[in-house]
Amino acid sequence: MQATSHRFKDNAHDALNDAVLQRALGNLKTGFQERRRHAVAGLPEFEGLCDEGRDLKNHVLTHLDYYLERFEEKVIEAGGHVHWCRTPAEAREAVLAICRERDAKTVTKGKSMVAEEIALNDFLEANGIEPVETDLGEYIIQLRKEPPSHIIAPAIHVTQEQIAEDFRRHHTDLDPNRPLDEPRDFTDEARQKLRDRYFQADVGITGANFLIAETGSTVIVTNEGNGDLTQLLGKTHVVVTSIEKIVPTLDDAATLLRLLARSATGQEMSVYTTFSTGPRRSADGDGPDGFHVILLDNGRSAMLGTEFQDMLRCIRCSACMNHCPVYAAVGGHAYGWVYPGPMGAVLTPSLIGVEEAGHLPNASTFCGRCEAVCPMRIPLPKMMRHYRMREFEKGLSPVKARWGLAVWTALATRPRLYQGMTKVAMAVLGRFGRLRGRFRSLPLAGGWTSVRDMPAPQGPTFQDLYRRRRGRS
Amino acid sequence: MSARDQILASVRKSLGRGPLTGEAEAPARDRLAAPVRNLIPDRTAGRDRAGLVALLVEKCRETACSVDEVRDMSAVPSAVQSYLTRENLPARLTQAPAFGAGGDAPLDWTDTPTLEVATGGADGSEDTSLTPVLAAVAETGTLVLVSGSETPTGLNFLPETHIAVVRASQVVGPLEDAWTQLRGAGAIPRTVNLITGPSRTGDIEQKIQMGVHGPRRLHVIVVAD
Repeated sequence: MQATSHRFKDNAHDALNDAVLQRALGNLKTGFQERRRHAVAGLPEFEGLCDEGRDLKNHVLTHLDYYLERFEEKVIEAGGHVHWCRTPAEAREAVLAICRERDAKTVTKGKSMVAEEIALNDFLEANGIEPVETDLGEYIIQLRKEPPSHIIAPAIHVTQEQIAEDFRRHHTDLDPNRPLDEPRDFTDEARQKLRDRYFQADVGITGANFLIAETGSTVIVTNEGNGDLTQLLGKTHVVVTSIEKIVPTLDDAATLLRLLARSATGQEMSVYTTFSTGPRRSADGDGPDGFHVILLDNGRSAMLGTEFQDMLRCIRCSACMNHCPVYAAVGGHAYGWVYPGPMGAVLTPSLIGVEEAGHLPNASTFCGRCEAVCPMRIPLPKMMRHYRMREFEKGLSPVKARWGLAVWTALATRPRLYQGMTKVAMAVLGRFGRLRGRFRSLPLAGGWTSVRDMPAPQGPTFQDLYRRRRGRS
Repeated sequence: MSARDQILASVRKSLGRGPLTGEAEAPARDRLAAPVRNLIPDRTAGRDRAGLVALLVEKCRETACSVDEVRDMSAVPSAVQSYLTRENLPARLTQAPAFGAGGDAPLDWTDTPTLEVATGGADGSEDTSLTPVLAAVAETGTLVLVSGSETPTGLNFLPETHIAVVRASQVVGPLEDAWTQLRGAGAIPRTVNLITGPSRTGDIEQKIQMGVHGPRRLHVIVVAD
C-alpha cells in the first residue's frame, strides 16, 4: 500500500475530529484490554513464559540462517516449495507466477499482514485475478476499499451501521429490506456469500503466525475458520510470510501459543490453530495439491545486529496497540502504513525508512504500557527513542523542534543559568497567576493551552523548596 | 547470486559471521535433533486420568462447547441422536470414514434408525459431522485433529455443527504431550488442527458472534473407554 506515514500529523488531526471513528475506537478498552487482563490473571506462569518467549526468539534470531535452511529442507521433503523474496516486488511476482501456472481466476485469502505489506490485492487485480478476502474484518474493508486499521481486528474502525450500508450496496442480489441489526445478521450473510467463493478458488492464500523448522510446517492462528477453508478448498495453498516468523520446534510453538492468544484477544487459545505441512498426501480425503511458501525479507535481515533487532521478536499479537493511548485516540489509519500502534512506530521506519515514517516514533507519550504488555518483552519506547535520535541526526526533525532543543541544551547544561531563569519565570508566572490559579493562554505555549489550562506555579522552584527543606532537617 | 543466497548472506552479514558450522551450529542443531520442553503451566500437573478429563470438560465448556459424557463407544450413536434432538437439529449427519464399516472404530447405528448417517468427506452440504480426535488437551480444552484417509479435514470446518468423539485415554495434560504422540506416529500429517471451541468473530464492533465460517456449534462426547 502507498504509505502516508509522512502525513501523520494531518491524519491524526482528521482522526480526532472523526466522530464515527471515535465511537468505534471506544470498543477497544472493554474488548481487548479487559479480556487480556482476565486471561493473564488466569495463568500464574505468564510472566515466566514471556521470559522464555523472549529468550527463544533471541536464540532464533542469532541462528536465523540455520533455521531457515532447515525449514526449507523440511518443506521440500514434504513436497512443498519455498520462494525466497528480497523485496515486495519479488514476492508479488512469485505469487502471480503460481496463480498463472494454475490458470487462476479467483484466489481466496485468509488474513495476512505480509500480504498487506506487499500490497498483493491491488497487484493481483491489475493482473486480472480476483482476490477475495475471507476474514470477516478483511472482507468488510475490502468492500470499503480501505486498508486494515489494526493487525488482528482490521475493521475495528468501522461501525455496525457502516457495515450494513456496505453489505446492502454490494450484496445486491439479496432483499434490500432484509434486517441487518444484529451481529448475527452480518455473520450469516458473510458466511453465505463467501461459501461459494472458497469452492471456486483456484488458489488459497494465507499468512503464517509461525514457521516450524523441525517439521517444515506453517501455522495459522484464527477464530473464524476462514483460513482453514481457504487452504483446504483452494487447489493450491500459498503461504505469504516473512523470515522472522520461524521457531525451531513444535514445543517452541507451544510456548508462543500460550502467549499469543492471551495477549491478543484474551483467549487461552484461539479457536483454530492449524499446522500445514506440504500438499495433501496421496491417501488424504481432501486438501490442496500444491504447497508454496513465499518467504519475504524486505529489510528484516538488515535489522539484525542493530538496535532494532529486538523488534523481530514480535509475534503480532497487537497488545501494544490495544493498550496505547495514542492508538486509542487516532486509530490505525493515521499511522499511514500496514502496521499501526507502537509496534508499527518501530517497524514502519525500519521497513520503509525514517524519511517516510519519522513522525511515527514521535507519536508516543512514552507512557510505557506497550512494553509492559508486550509478551516478547520488546523495549518499544527505547527503540522509538533511537529513531527520534536518528531523525534528529539526519536533520529530519522540524526547525522549531531543533531550535527548541538547542535552547534547552544551552540551558540544561548551565545549571546556574537554568536555576536563575526558572526562578525568574516561576516567580513571574506565580504572581500573574495568583488570582485565577491557572492560565487560559500563554505565549510560546499556545499548542498546550489551546486544549487545556496551564496551572499557575506557586512561586518558588522545586530546587528552592528542596534546598529549604533539606536545610530544615 | 540467487535471492535465497542473498537473503542468507544478508542475515550472516548483519550477524557479523559466516555460515554456522561445527561447534557454533550445535545449540540450534541439538534443539532440532532432540526437542526440549519449555516451561509448562502447573495447571495439569499431578492430575490422574479422571482429573484430566474433568479439566478438559471444564475448559471445553469455557470455550462455548457443549459436552456429554458416555460410558463406552457403543453409547455414542444414542448420545448423538439425543444431542441433535435436544438442539432441534436435522436428524442427519456425516461421519468420518474412521467410524464407518472397515474404519478404525466402526460405530453401530442400528439402534438409531431415524438418523440418516452418511460416511465420507464434506462438500459443504452437510448439517452435522461426527469425527474422532487424535488427542484432547486438558490444559486449554483443545481438540487435536489430523488429516488422513479416514479423517478428512473438511468435516472439521464445513458443517454448521461438529460433534467430536474424545476417548478418555486420548486426553493429555499440556499440548506438548500431543506433540510427543504425533512424533511417535511418524511423519507429521498434512494438516494438524488444534480446535478450541466453535468458530467465532469479534469483527462487528468487538461483539463476539459464533459460527462465521466454521461450525456454529462444537459438541464434545467424552467416552469413558
